[in-house]
Amino acid sequence: MEVGQMQRRLVDYTKTLFMEGFLDAQFLQLQQLQDENNPDFVVEVVSLFFDDSEKLLNNLSMALDQPNVDFKKVDAHVHQLKGSSSSIGAQRVKNACIAFRNFCEEQNIDATLRCLQQVKHEYYLVKNKLETLLRLEQQIVAAGGSIPMIDMGF
Amino acid sequence: MRLLHVFGFGLKVGHLLWMLCCWVASMVSMNWFINGEFKAAKASLLGASGNKMWFKFWDKISSHSFKIHHEYYQYVGSKRFSKAWWRKLLPSWLIGWVLASVVIFCCMSSQAAEKRKETLASMCDERARMLQDQFNVSMNHIQAISILISTFHHGKNPSAIDQSTFARYAERTAFERPLTSGVAYAVRVLHSEREQFEKQRGWSIKRMDTLEQNPVHKDDYNPDLLESSPVQEEYAPVIFAQDIVSHVVSIDMLSGKEDSKNVLRARKSGKGVLTSPFRLLKTNRLGVILTFAVYKRDLPSNATPNERIKATNGYLGGVFDIESLVEKLLQQLASKQTILVNVLDTTNRSYPISMYGSNASDDGLEHVSHLNFGDPFRKHEMRCRFKQKPPWPWLAITTSIGILVIASLVGHIFHATVNRIAKVEDDCNKMMELKRQAEAADVAKSQFLATVSHEIRTPMNGVLGMLHMLMDTDLDVTQLDYVRTAQASGKALVALINEVLDQAKIESGKLELEEVQFDLRAVLDDVLSLFSGKSQDKGVELAVYISDQVPEMLIGDPGRFRQIIINLMGNSIKFTQKGHILVTVHLVEEVDSIEVETESSSKNTLSGFPVADRRQSWKGFRTFSQEGSMHPFSDSINLIVSVEDTGEGIPLEAQSRVFTPFMQVGPSISRTHGGTGIGLSISKCLVNLMKGEIGFVSIPKIGSTFTFTAVFTSSFSSSKKYKSQKINNQSNFVSTEFHGMRALVMDPRPVRAKVAKYHIQRLGIHVEIVSKWKQGLSIISKGGSAKNMVLIEQEVWDKDLRGSAHFLDNLDKINRGTPKLFLLSNSIRSSGANNTSGVRNLTIIPKPLRASMLAASLQRAMGVENKGNAYNGELPRASLQNLLIGRKILIVDDNNVNLKVAAGALKKYGADVVTAARGIEAIELLTPPHQFDACFMDIQMPEMDGFEATRRIREIEQDINNRIHFGELSVEAYNNVSNCHVAILAMTADVIQATQEECIRCGMDGYVSKPFEAEQLYREVSRFFQ
Repeated sequence: MEVGQMQRRLVDYTKTLFMEGFLDAQFLQLQQLQDENNPDFVVEVVSLFFDDSEKLLNNLSMALDQPNVDFKKVDAHVHQLKGSSSSIGAQRVKNACIAFRNFCEEQNIDATLRCLQQVKHEYYLVKNKLETLLRLEQQIVAAGGSIPMIDMGF
Repeated sequence: MRLLHVFGFGLKVGHLLWMLCCWVASMVSMNWFINGEFKAAKASLLGASGNKMWFKFWDKISSHSFKIHHEYYQYVGSKRFSKAWWRKLLPSWLIGWVLASVVIFCCMSSQAAEKRKETLASMCDERARMLQDQFNVSMNHIQAISILISTFHHGKNPSAIDQSTFARYAERTAFERPLTSGVAYAVRVLHSEREQFEKQRGWSIKRMDTLEQNPVHKDDYNPDLLESSPVQEEYAPVIFAQDIVSHVVSIDMLSGKEDSKNVLRARKSGKGVLTSPFRLLKTNRLGVILTFAVYKRDLPSNATPNERIKATNGYLGGVFDIESLVEKLLQQLASKQTILVNVLDTTNRSYPISMYGSNASDDGLEHVSHLNFGDPFRKHEMRCRFKQKPPWPWLAITTSIGILVIASLVGHIFHATVNRIAKVEDDCNKMMELKRQAEAADVAKSQFLATVSHEIRTPMNGVLGMLHMLMDTDLDVTQLDYVRTAQASGKALVALINEVLDQAKIESGKLELEEVQFDLRAVLDDVLSLFSGKSQDKGVELAVYISDQVPEMLIGDPGRFRQIIINLMGNSIKFTQKGHILVTVHLVEEVDSIEVETESSSKNTLSGFPVADRRQSWKGFRTFSQEGSMHPFSDSINLIVSVEDTGEGIPLEAQSRVFTPFMQVGPSISRTHGGTGIGLSISKCLVNLMKGEIGFVSIPKIGSTFTFTAVFTSSFSSSKKYKSQKINNQSNFVSTEFHGMRALVMDPRPVRAKVAKYHIQRLGIHVEIVSKWKQGLSIISKGGSAKNMVLIEQEVWDKDLRGSAHFLDNLDKINRGTPKLFLLSNSIRSSGANNTSGVRNLTIIPKPLRASMLAASLQRAMGVENKGNAYNGELPRASLQNLLIGRKILIVDDNNVNLKVAAGALKKYGADVVTAARGIEAIELLTPPHQFDACFMDIQMPEMDGFEATRRIREIEQDINNRIHFGELSVEAYNNVSNCHVAILAMTADVIQATQEECIRCGMDGYVSKPFEAEQLYREVSRFFQ
């Protein structure tokens, strides 16, 4: 594929991610933090986010499986997840986490379980999207092109 | 609570009434009691016990009422006053009072009966005493007669008395013996002397018993018919007799059963003796005979009966006609009608003999008085009865019924009051419940609105974004038009949703105002430029005037202020087809001077169209009604903002609901002008949040003026905390390049000239105003200093083209550096602009005037260089880089991703970043001497949160500082820093006020939101690194 075309696809794809609310401005800032000194910053952060989140999601599933759910612990996990997701700009995961925490306060097991599913769902979605995005970027870099900066001026 | 007070009041009144009742009752009873004591020592047992009972009852009542009072206070405290208690109280109250009135009735009637009895007793006793007295008098007299007889009859020989003498004497002294109807003297005659006696007298001794057996009528009475007395041991024939009883002469007294008993007893005792009552001879009336014995000689008082019998000479008898006598006696006395008197001989207890009075049925009250007629053998008594039955005790009945009525009335009042209170309470509870529900519903509605609007916004962003992208693709004109329309609609929808969201936020009280420094003039310039297109399209003149007194920088919420202005101006633009819209901003304190200005001419307006008098719009403001309460020393700035238009005005009938959400003048309005009708309501809420007021005046077909006040803080007096957020604000550009220049504004309308002057002065240009060409020329030619520019109002230009040509010609002739000419034009497209095209160095400045545009126009025309004015969008970023480069910064966060991102961000600005994942690590790293310039710490961390970690670090620092201070530790060991304090900034996702306060409390220096925002980061960091 031609580099220019790939670049356009990347831009379009990123835009759809923003449109659909998967990502927010924080992700742009993240991208801006990446420079020559730190060429793999975004990839590093994102993969850190993946590792972290998966661990947290596992922990959450386990915690909610207990006969006596320790909501404090669950809340702490969700807080972590919320923090990470907002750091990378995974907006929908973050929003799901906010809802999750509300139900944690209410100690509503059914709702929290539902929320866990929701968070997982959102997480896998955004993971998928991000992976695609990063793959595209890598392809562009491999093809010798530069990653176009996206200005979300709307 | 008010209800309880009413209730308490009711109780108090009740208590008072109760006390009054009790007092009255007790007074009455006390009176009785005292009366009873004085009147008769032997107050009846019933009465006494009644009194006692009454006192007990009174005690009980008063203690009970005290209890009620006491309990009232207790119950009121607990608020839940049991209604059942009251329900029980009412019957018991009524029963109690029924009992009380019965007791009162009993007491009073017994008192009355007692009194009656006493009256009877006293009357009876009085009669008895009188009877007795009179009787005694008569008796004494009879005794006197007996002595007379013993002296003159037996003592003289021959006797000095004969029948006629005696009769005459007795007759003449009868008045002395009121009770006797007659007296007679019987002499003692032994059988042996009988013959001689009979002979001497000339008649035989007659017997009496037959007479007794066959009582005859008086007229038929003939003593000669009587049998002569049979042979007896001795006789007692009557020898003297009063005329009235002369028929008894010659009758042997011993022959009568009663008389003989009497005679025998009399001579034995030597005292007066009475017979039992019997029918008198001849008169056939009831009577008694008193008999005295006449002795031959004076006997000693202790003489034996035998001696007395032997010494007896004769017997004097007096007839007492009791019946007639008592009658006579009673007639002398008052109130004889009221009582019945019976006089009885009760010598034989079981068979009392009635002497006087009818034997009426003896029911009811009777009083018995004993009579002593001097005969110990005979007992007499007087029985008195009232003729009438006792009257009904009306006083007692009315009193008790009255008390009962009062009590039941009081009870009724209480009952009604309690019922009413209960009802009102119930209603109140119901209302409260309804209110709560309504409020809950309202909150739910607001929340629903907020949620829904929020939810709509997200997809709308997608829609709008996609439309935006669609516009970038290849589209033909029609398609482009469709897309534009769609986008416009979408934008309108988003704007609407934002409004609704605002309304909901305000209603649920979630809207909080910002406190940032801002430039009011810049905000208004912004708004002007927003509306300039529209106003130019419509040909409506738009202007803003801000008083010089208003400070440059204010602290408040610029966004919300702008929103209010936009709402008001938007409305004005919507409804104004010609004329102008003028926004004026003054200090509230200036208002008086404004009034003076406006008063000068009501026609003196911006566009010459009449306007509604704006003073009317703030007539109702509290700020002015309590002028004195403004705080002159506080740094608050009270602004008064008026938006005046010459639109169609608000119909009078709609003026009252202007500020009601979703209310528009009429359905047709929303069709012609659109909008939700929510803007003014939001504005009102926002104004209220700014501690201000909003009002308006509107005259249909003339225009409306909306005025609001708002309170801001002056930026000079407050701390650096508000270090301008709007670092990139337009106001910063206001350049100094025009400083010292002079300008002439030519405008016949003072208001418009004032606006122009205000804007030009903002650029530092000195302005003079003239209204005519000539005047302008003379000023330019004569004026002390040269004018750099002349700004001519387009209206003047168009109206008098010749004048302008003349002016231009003359201007050229002036040698002193020709001023530049500017035309202030309302519309670029207007025809007037075309007329000027040929004129040299004439620049058109389109209205609305605003500093930035004015400056740009002037720059362009005057050729002043625009140096160093470029707005540096990268300012925070660049500044941050300056601040942070080379700094050593510790980031503490338990979240790896956050840590990485934050570190990346700070590294980007050139900082040297160290990370730590736990609070304890942070403490180790931050133990003095400090190697770090600053620390960003996450607040919420497991094990040890940011607050705790900071607190500990501060403790350690404090400890070391103290020890250095006291010389325990050398300053050198701590890099010569005698007061170590590392900057710790909290990183937090929730930027709530409470969190900020908590941060400051535990020793943090500030906070930044997570993820970092360049501006905020810069603001915080710049406080430490200079």
